[in-house]
Formats: sequence, C-alpha cells, structure tokens
Amino acid sequence: MSNLNSLSHFWPELILTVTVLTAVIADLFYHKDESRKVAWWVLGGLALTLFAIQMGGSTVTDLFMGTIALDPFSEYFKILVLIATVLVILMSFNSKELQDYRVGEYYSILAIMVFGLFLMASAIDILMVYLSIEVVSIMSFFLAGYLKKNPHSNEASLKYVIYGAFSSGIMLYGLSILFGLTGTTKFVEMQAAISGLSPDSNLALIISAVFILAGFGYKISAVPFHFWTPDVYEGSPTTITAYLSVAPKAAGFAILIRFFNQVFGDSSALVSESWQALNQIPWPQLMGVLAAATMTVGNLVAIQQKSVKRMLAYSSIAHAGYMMMALPLMSESGVYGIMMYLLMYLFMNLGAFFVVIYIQGKTGGEDFEDFNGMGWKMPFVGVVMTLFMLSLTGLPPTAGFIGKFYLFAAVIEAGPQYYWLAFVGVLNSVISLYYYFRVVKHMYFIGERSETVEMPESNLVTIVLLFLAIPTFIFGWYFAPVANWVSKSLVIFQGM
Amino acid sequence: MNHLLSWIIWLPVLGMVAIAFIPRDKTELIKQVSAATTGIQLALAIYLWRIFDASTGSFQFMETAEWIPSFNITYILGVDGLSLPLVILMALIGFISVFVSWNINKAVKGYFSLFLLLNTGVMGVFLSLDFFLFYIFWEVMLLPMYFLIGMWGGPQREYAAIKFFLYTLFGSVLMLIAILALYFTCGNTFDMLLLMDTAPTALNGVLWWGMSAMKVIWVLLFIGFAIKVPVFPFHTWLPLVHVEAPTAISVILAGVLLKLGVYGMLRINYTMLPDGVFWFAGALAMLGLINVIWGAMCALAQKDLKKMVAYSSVNHMGYVLLGMAAVIAASGMNGNNLISAQAGLNGAVFQMFNHGTISAMLFILVGVIYDRAHHRDIEGFGGLASQMPIYTGLVALAFFAGLGLPGFSGFVSEFMILIGAFPVFKTIVIISTIGILLNAAYFLWAFQRVFFGPANEKYKDLPEINKRELFTVVPLAVITLFLGIYPRPFLDMISATMNVLIEQVVSLGGLAGVM
Repeated sequence: MSNLNSLSHFWPELILTVTVLTAVIADLFYHKDESRKVAWWVLGGLALTLFAIQMGGSTVTDLFMGTIALDPFSEYFKILVLIATVLVILMSFNSKELQDYRVGEYYSILAIMVFGLFLMASAIDILMVYLSIEVVSIMSFFLAGYLKKNPHSNEASLKYVIYGAFSSGIMLYGLSILFGLTGTTKFVEMQAAISGLSPDSNLALIISAVFILAGFGYKISAVPFHFWTPDVYEGSPTTITAYLSVAPKAAGFAILIRFFNQVFGDSSALVSESWQALNQIPWPQLMGVLAAATMTVGNLVAIQQKSVKRMLAYSSIAHAGYMMMALPLMSESGVYGIMMYLLMYLFMNLGAFFVVIYIQGKTGGEDFEDFNGMGWKMPFVGVVMTLFMLSLTGLPPTAGFIGKFYLFAAVIEAGPQYYWLAFVGVLNSVISLYYYFRVVKHMYFIGERSETVEMPESNLVTIVLLFLAIPTFIFGWYFAPVANWVSKSLVIFQGM
Repeated sequence: MNHLLSWIIWLPVLGMVAIAFIPRDKTELIKQVSAATTGIQLALAIYLWRIFDASTGSFQFMETAEWIPSFNITYILGVDGLSLPLVILMALIGFISVFVSWNINKAVKGYFSLFLLLNTGVMGVFLSLDFFLFYIFWEVMLLPMYFLIGMWGGPQREYAAIKFFLYTLFGSVLMLIAILALYFTCGNTFDMLLLMDTAPTALNGVLWWGMSAMKVIWVLLFIGFAIKVPVFPFHTWLPLVHVEAPTAISVILAGVLLKLGVYGMLRINYTMLPDGVFWFAGALAMLGLINVIWGAMCALAQKDLKKMVAYSSVNHMGYVLLGMAAVIAASGMNGNNLISAQAGLNGAVFQMFNHGTISAMLFILVGVIYDRAHHRDIEGFGGLASQMPIYTGLVALAFFAGLGLPGFSGFVSEFMILIGAFPVFKTIVIISTIGILLNAAYFLWAFQRVFFGPANEKYKDLPEINKRELFTVVPLAVITLFLGIYPRPFLDMISATMNVLIEQVVSLGGLAGVM
C-alpha cells in the first residue's frame, strides 16, 4: 500500500505520536511537584490508541510500501504492550524511587517506547526491524538510567548502551549479509530468494542467521546474549525493570517469530499446520539448544540471588527460555503457546514486581530478608504475592500453569525428537519452585507474627494488585475466552 | 441427590469460604465450622456407600460438564469400587483430623482453611475422570501441604516443607509429560474412560528413540506415583516430613496421601497401559519386597517413635505393591489363576484402607504422648503402662494391628496379598515373610521400651489420654477390629470393580506380548 493510503490505517501510531508531543509540551507547564500529572495525558493517549486499534478491524495488509504489516498477530502484541504500559504507569505512581525526580519525561519516554514496540510487532522489512529495535533500545537506555543520583542506575544505563550497541551492530552485520545474498529488504521476497540460492552460500546464510539472532536474542535476553540483563534490571527503577521484563520481551518474540518463520521458513507460514525450515539452516537444533541453555542458566543463577529483584531478573531469563522452547517446533501450536504464555506472564510477572515495589517502599530494601513476616503483617499483599509465585512456578490453578501447559503441549505434539526439550523444561520448573518459594518462606515462615494487620493505604495499590491477581487466578481454570482470542490472532500477513 | 460427587469435593471449599468471614480471634467457631464441614462430608460419603451399587464394576454417579472445549478438557466425575473406599477413608480421616488438630493455637484461621483445601484436592483426585482435572487436583494438594508442614511443623519444618514440595512436584511434572504424550498419541482426549479404551491399542508398536512408547509413558507415570507412595528409592522425603509435620497432617499424609500413588497406578497405569503391567510386574513385586524389608529394618533402627511409625508405612505400602503385581496371575501364561489375581488385587486395596486406619491410629497415639512429654524418644520413656493404662491399652491395640496380628484387619489384607502373590512370585513372597517378623520385632521392642521396665520418675504425673483424644482413636480401632473379624462388607464393595480391572489388564495386556 502506498504511503499516503497507509496513513488511514496508521491511526494508533499517529495517536501515539500526538500523545508524545502533548505530553512533552504539557510537561513544560507543570511545576516539578506536579510533573506526575503528565501520566494522565499519556494514559489518555494510550486509551485512545487502544480504541483506535479496536476500531481498525481485522484488515490484513501491508503499509508504507511493504515495510509494516497490519494483521491480527501484530494487533495482539500491540494490545499486550498497551496493557503492560498502562499497568507500569499506574505502578509508577507508587514508586518511592521516582519521588525525587521530575517525572514528566519519564512518562513521555514510555510513550515513545510504546511507539517503537508497535513498530517492532509489525515490521516486515529489515530496515524497519532495525529502526524499531533502535527506537526501543534508546528509550530503554534513558529509562534504565532515570535515577541519575543513583550510581547503580547510571551503571545500568551505561552497560545497557554498550551491550545494546554491540548486539545491534552484530545484527546489522547479519542483516547486511542477508541483503547481499538476496538483494531485497522485504521478508517475503527474501524467503523466495533464499530458496533459490545455491548451496555455496550456506555458510554465509548460517552466519547471517546467527548474527541476526544475536540482535533478537538481546531483546528477549536469551543465553548467551543475556549478560546485560541482571545488572540492568537491578540498577533500573523497579518499575522500568518490570516493564523491560515484559513489553520489549513480548515485542522481541513477535519479531523473532515473524522474521524466522517468514524468512527462513519453507512455506507460507502459519497457513499449514507445520512447516519446515529451509534445508540450509539447522534452525530447530540451534533454537532448541539455546532454549534449553536459556532456561537452565536463568534458573541456576536465580537460585543464588539475595535480592528478590535480582532473582526476578534472572528468572525472567528462564521464562524467555520456556517460550523459546516453542520456536524450533515451527508449528502453529508453538506460536500459539508463546502468545498464550506472554499474556499469562504479563500479569504474573508485573504482579510480582509490583509487590517488590510496594515492599521496597515499606522497608527500603528488596532483599529476601525484607520480606520477613510480610505475609502476617500484610495479609492481602502476602496472599497475592504467594499467588504470583505459584503462577511463576507454573502450578495449577493459576495462569502460569496454563501458559506452561500450552507450551509443553506444543513441544510434545511436535513429536519424540523434541521430548528432551520438554524434559529440560519441566525440570527447570521444579528448580524454579525452590527460589520462588523462598519468597513465600520469608513471608510466612520467618519473622514474628504481628498482631496488627496492615492493608495498603492507597486504594490504587489495591486496585492494581487486584487487577493483576484476578486474571492470574481466573485464567488458571477458565481460559476459554483467552484461548479463542489468541487463536483468532494467529493470522500473519503473508504476501505482497 | 444430584451432583453428589461434586458436593463431596467442593463442600470443604464452601467451609473455607465460611471460615474466611469469621474474625480470626474466634478460634472455637472456626474449629466448629471445620468439624461441621468434614462431618457433613463424612455423612455424604457414607450415604454414597449406601446407595452405591456394588454388583457392577463400572463407574457410577457420573457427572459431565463442558469446560475448555478447544482443548477437549471436560469436567468428568465418577466413582467405582476402587475410589469409593478411598473417598470414605478420606472423609473419615478428614473428620477425625479436625479433632486431632483441636489444640492448634497458632493462626487457626489459616490452618483450617488450608486443611479444608487439602481435603478438596484429595477428594478431587479420587473422583475425577478427566486427566486434566485429575492433574489440577493432584497439584492443588501441594500448596496446602507446604504451608501446613512449614508453618505448624517441628524445628526443621521449613526444610521438610520444601523437600516435600520439590519431591512431589518433580514426580508430577513427569506425569504431566506422560499425560500430554497420551493425549497426542491416543486421539486428542483427556477423558480417562476413552483413554482406557484407546490407549492400550493406540500405543501398540509405537517407538520413541527405539524404545517402546508404552514403556516410556509407564515409567514416567510410575515415577510420579511412586514418589507419593513412596516406593524405594523415592521414600527419603517421608520420614523427614512425618517427623516435622504436625500430628493431624501426619495422620492425613500417612492415612490418605500415600494411597494417591497406588490409586494413580491402578487407575491409570493398569487400565491404560495394561501391557506395561506384564512388563513391570516383576519389578513391582521386587520393589514391594524392598519396601517391606527396607522399611522394617529402618523402623527397627529408629530412636524417634514417630520416625519408626513413618518407616512402618514404607513397610506396609510394600505389601500393596506386592498385591498389585499379583494381578498377572490371571493371564494365560501364568496359568489362568484368577483366584490368585483376585486375592492379590483385593488384598492390595484392602491393605490400603487398613493402612489408612491403622497408621492414622498410630500417628494420633504418638501425637498424644508428644503433647504430654514434648519428645518422642523411644529410650526416654519407660514404665508408662502404670501411669496411663488406657493409653497403653490403645497403643498395644494399634501396635498389634500394625504388626498384622490375626483378628485385626491388617492381617486379613496381608494374608490375601501373600496368598495372591505366591503362585507367581514364590521366592519374593517367601523372603517378604521375614518382613513380617521384623515388623513384629520393632513394634514389640518399641512397646517394651516405652511402656514396660522401671517407671521413669520424670513422667510420674503424665495425665491419661483425654476424651477428645479417645474420640479420635476409638472409631478407628473399632473399624480395624471389625474388619479384622468380618471383612466381607468391605470386600463386597470393591470386588466387582477389581474383577473388571483384572479383566482389563489381562484381556488387553496380552495383545503385544511384551513378555
């Protein structure tokens, strides 16, 4: 579709742009103490964006001369990103860390990031891939270093920049090799060109695939591109840690699924039940090993952490690993499993981080010791945190179990050659029980029972916690509507 | 009454909701509500037994409701002669355990809420006939157990709680893989009744990495269930957890939770993978023998009374495995010995029930002395018989029941198992009788050290067992004695189902001829 015609399908992104501009200008008129009011402008803009997405209908087409796809698949990820952003903004109201700073820009930058994530979810051209990843990365650098008086936050930002620059450089190199081999930047044309390549170029293809994987792997923090994750997650404001562990990860998976299925997949992806990788690329084996390594490393290191925030950071690597299990299957149910899991993961992981933010505000720390006796002192927070831990471990009847159930079902369905991956996956779930339930142990088993009971003093905290906890519980035993929504979103834009 | 099974399962959750609305300092009311809930449940279970048609081995009181159609997940409940005794056992032990926990005074509201949730989980496992539902209930039990051990347990409770949780979760995730593998190889269904029809043939000749798929699934399920039983070498969590758990939780754990593993094997392995029964029966009998001997030897070496009772559970569950293995006696290559198979299988289920009542009694009695003396060191007592005559009499009764003295129900079931298993596993049965001897040795030796000999001055003023405690022990003692003299009502209830089970194993298990 031509540039001008595309604009009429680009309403959500246009509204986001206006939102960002409004937020930046509005910020100029607020005194420092009032700067958090910018958040309401952003929230309003996001609500309009959601409305625009809903109004868009289920058109499947390409925009801007074949650089962006408009399809239910990208729409699903856009909605996920929107939910995560709204929740993180609400969580930020309660953050003690951000109190000393002017937060107008914080919210504006979040809105720019949403724009980048939208493009990531719908890019079908390698130039757009690179651009969108860079938009998201640069905004993440700002946000990670937002606590400028805190050296950890500065360190996080710097590390993030260095790793980010490094990995996007490698990815760019991989993309350039791919462009050299195929002579095009569009996914679908690339796929056709690759199938016609002579076997001589196999080596170049594999190198480019691995290099590109480095860029995507960095976004979803897959092993061995994960080294930035713990330090950045620890140093960033906890709200941003929560955001980084959910939204860019979701968009990263969207781009990964789309890119590898459309460029390196053999037939028209997601039309048939399953499709094969192009012969030249050992893609299933490569991804399988990476998935196993990602969840194992994430889990084993998470066990050793003293800080709950850092533990959640490492465990988010493990969760990326669970989802990566479904990538090498190249089956519709695999993609389905990832999409289900991301939705469940959004609620439970944001929930866990929100409790950490809340406890941080109460005790000033985020170590396991700071959770001692919290279950008795604040029964409500204790119960929802137990629910989130239960769900992150993947035990029924919680959302996390259903997410894992769909992932494992996809792996088992793909046949005996993937059973080893399922074994590694379930054993990792057992390992994760140990450290997740350390939080529960500290909340309930250690520390004196207090006689007085505290409820969160702000209603907003209660409401947000409930908004996260109720789906975490309900989706554990009634998920038919979610399952239907996800299966409707499996339509991916195919041709030109 | 419609939806009787759903009522039995969900009643404790209703009780839990009621408790949630009671202020946390009204502890008496909370206990009364729990007692009422489990009491009604027990009444419903007895009513179920009265209207249960024991002449047929098929499922009764079935309930079906659509749940998640896109994944073929359905809410299916049903009861047969295998699950009915276990439902009654759970209702009985659950009701009694409320009174055993009467002197809990720390966080009463939390304790009884979790207690009732545990009850729902166990009942759900026994009554669900959809694999997904089965798995959900199976896992739902873990969380309350974790808290009940970790919060109300002994000095090492945190370690015991997480060890229990990790061990059982390890078993159940293997089970999850097996469930999914069955789902995808046997016609995309979680319906156990359908799987019982399709799985035995669908898995015929399917190979995974050169191994028979049926064997792989069998082993995955077996490990998951064996951890619960617990079968040697997966038993190491049991003594620790028993020692740390509060009395009522030990009672439920030994009385009912250990049976879940055997129930799972009989309900799933035996019906869906009958070929595997023939392949594995020898190993099963062997593991049963190891459990019998190993459990008895460990019990003999214990200084802690509760640990000794815990190891006696390992010993008793060994007989159950032996009885289960006897089912292959009915096949053609083992001489069509239907009587042996019946004796073995009926004996195994009867032994489960008897172990439920006897071990519950033993743990309650150990709890009684612990509440008074605050330790359980066998060597630390002596001459208690003169201080607490009634208590001594009850312990003597429980110990005799435990060591399988004729006249007690344990004798009948062990005898049935041994005569059932004898035609097929002669050597194993002969060696296992050593276990009976050792069994008698540790019970009698412990009894002698605690109750006879010179009276220990320290415990001169120990109060006699009180009425509440009597109320928890006496019904169990009566059942044990009654079934020891007249086991027929129990065997009548289960035998039709056992015949169906034997028929399923023998007729479908011969197909591939794995032996």
